[in-house]
Amino acid sequence: MAEHLDTSVLVTLQEVMEAEYPVLLDTFLVDSEERLRLLQAACRSGEAESLRQAAHSFKGSCSNMGAALLAELCREMEESARRDQLDEAPVLIERIEREFAIVRILYRAERQRWGGPG
Amino acid sequence: MPRRLSILIAEDGAADRMLLAAIVRQQGHHVVTAANGAEAVELFERERPQLVLMDALMPVMDGFEAAQQIKQLAGNELVPIIFLTSLTENEALVRCLEAGGDDFIAKPYNPIILEAKIQAMNRLRRLQATVLEQRDLIGRRNQQLLDEQRAAKAIFDKVAHAGCLNAPNIRYRQSPRALFNGDLLLAAQAPAGRMFVLLGDFTGHGLPAAIGAMPLAETFYGMTAKGYSSNQILRDINAKLKLILPVEMFCCATFLDINLEQGILRVWNGGLPDGYLLKTVNGARLPLRSRHLPLGVREATSFDDTFETLPLALGDRLLLLSDGLLESCNADDQLFGEQRLLAVLESNSDPATLFDDIQEALHAFHGQILDDLSLVEVSMIAEPGAVAPHLLHVYPLGSRELRPRDWSTCFELRPGSLRSADPLPMAMQLLLQISPLRYRVGTIFTVLTELYANAVEHGVLLLDSSIKSDAEGFASYYRERQRRLDALSEGFVSIEFTVKSEGANGSLRIAVRDSGPGFDVQCALNQQYCSESLGGRGLRMIRQLSERFYWEPDGKVLNVEFHWSGHA
Repeated sequence: MAEHLDTSVLVTLQEVMEAEYPVLLDTFLVDSEERLRLLQAACRSGEAESLRQAAHSFKGSCSNMGAALLAELCREMEESARRDQLDEAPVLIERIEREFAIVRILYRAERQRWGGPG
Repeated sequence: MPRRLSILIAEDGAADRMLLAAIVRQQGHHVVTAANGAEAVELFERERPQLVLMDALMPVMDGFEAAQQIKQLAGNELVPIIFLTSLTENEALVRCLEAGGDDFIAKPYNPIILEAKIQAMNRLRRLQATVLEQRDLIGRRNQQLLDEQRAAKAIFDKVAHAGCLNAPNIRYRQSPRALFNGDLLLAAQAPAGRMFVLLGDFTGHGLPAAIGAMPLAETFYGMTAKGYSSNQILRDINAKLKLILPVEMFCCATFLDINLEQGILRVWNGGLPDGYLLKTVNGARLPLRSRHLPLGVREATSFDDTFETLPLALGDRLLLLSDGLLESCNADDQLFGEQRLLAVLESNSDPATLFDDIQEALHAFHGQILDDLSLVEVSMIAEPGAVAPHLLHVYPLGSRELRPRDWSTCFELRPGSLRSADPLPMAMQLLLQISPLRYRVGTIFTVLTELYANAVEHGVLLLDSSIKSDAEGFASYYRERQRRLDALSEGFVSIEFTVKSEGANGSLRIAVRDSGPGFDVQCALNQQYCSESLGGRGLRMIRQLSERFYWEPDGKVLNVEFHWSGHA
């Protein structure tokens, strides 16, 4: 069962980014909001290929940041879009939105632990 | 060993880009970043990084397109491109490779794997750079070698072509490539109306073979001009080659000593395929076989300079070939071979076309003109006056005052020296000192040679030249000559020069005396005047070529005089 946030990944990120760690988290959150908008637009337009690519990209980004469950949901979306099964899409989008909301809270908490505005 | 690289990161996700840049910087590399494919290409052109991390899917221009453009910009240099992509899509992987990707890395990024891949790519990159450097170096060196070879060949051509290969009775086929591949063809007019021809085939190719040919050519031309005998020339060439060539190099050769005036062919073949003497009188084809080791193999003391002697007549032809001809291969790897050559010789009906027949047969066999063989034909044609021996290596004197001359010298050769020495070159050097006579020195030398041969063979050795009536007789005459010379224990030949000049007029008298019983010179002259037998025209020639020809009544001393007047 995938976690909301994989702490071992976070540790690695802290080691790599050092002082830039909070900046990374901020950047991810801003970036992800944009990606989510793209995802919703693609879903509404019914273009399977755009949906697939958007989901793929978001998946990659999430996995880098340790948001494992979110990454898994994106993978499912990517798979559906690849198989052209767009009727499942709205449901999946909703689940992604909900998961992202949770993850955002967790990242903000993480940010505060490091000191600085959430 | 880890080295600091300049790396371009092309990734559209801001967080991912930031993370990747941090990872790579932490490993000590210099990083530049781009947010899409177009930026990546532009940045590449500006910064010329050594390695690229490329996201596959990007807006404006995707990673595949950007990769292709970057590879093109890089040209011959290897700029490794590592694609950032998910490992679960085979289609995407194929696209990456086709676009020029060298490797992949998956998200989430693993710093350790990333560094390992970067270093591996760096090794490849350095390898490619080394290859390019060496290719250029090799190219330059090769060009240098070619230039040197060209220069050497130009020098070689000057030396190798100083002779009389343009004489009207010589036809030859030898390409420049054959020349520089060790085939050597030399021809020179010797004094006393002879022609020396040498076909040589050095082991090896190219420059080493050609270098050996140069001292050989110098010796050949130099000694021929000075009147040395073919035996001496061959001995000197062998000694020189033995000295300078490495052990595994030698020169197969055939030496022809052609004396059409006297109707004598002397031939020495060491290691070349059979040459042929084609007699016009009966259509016979006499092979000139190799009976010796090639030149440059034996020490001087054990070198065998024995020539084979054959009769020669007007209209006869000589054919020589190097083994490049017999061993030439056609497209099916078949050798031309001796059988085919003999077939051509057999089926030829007109000797005048034989040379062309052979060339045609070669062409038909190979389907193309071959580049690497030598074929020589020397035909015995009458050249009234045209074959005046042109003096090689004799430089004209500046104008000098006419000074009086009054000197004489005499030398005597006894059995030891009759066997082993040749006084004629020395005599030649003396004669060359008499400047008014320089232009006739060939003629004088011819006369002197005849007188000396006469004195040795008929005076001292008591040989009978009527034996020389056919090919068999020829061979046995010269065998007998050698036998008697080897066994000689007493006797002598002496040569005396007397030179007198006053102002613009002067004379040279040559007196040749032998220890023999003497002979009736007038009678012999009359006889020779009528007969056309081989070797019997000597005395008549002496009289024709000199101003005065007279003798002691007993025939033991023969005198000739050469006069000049009004010449500076």
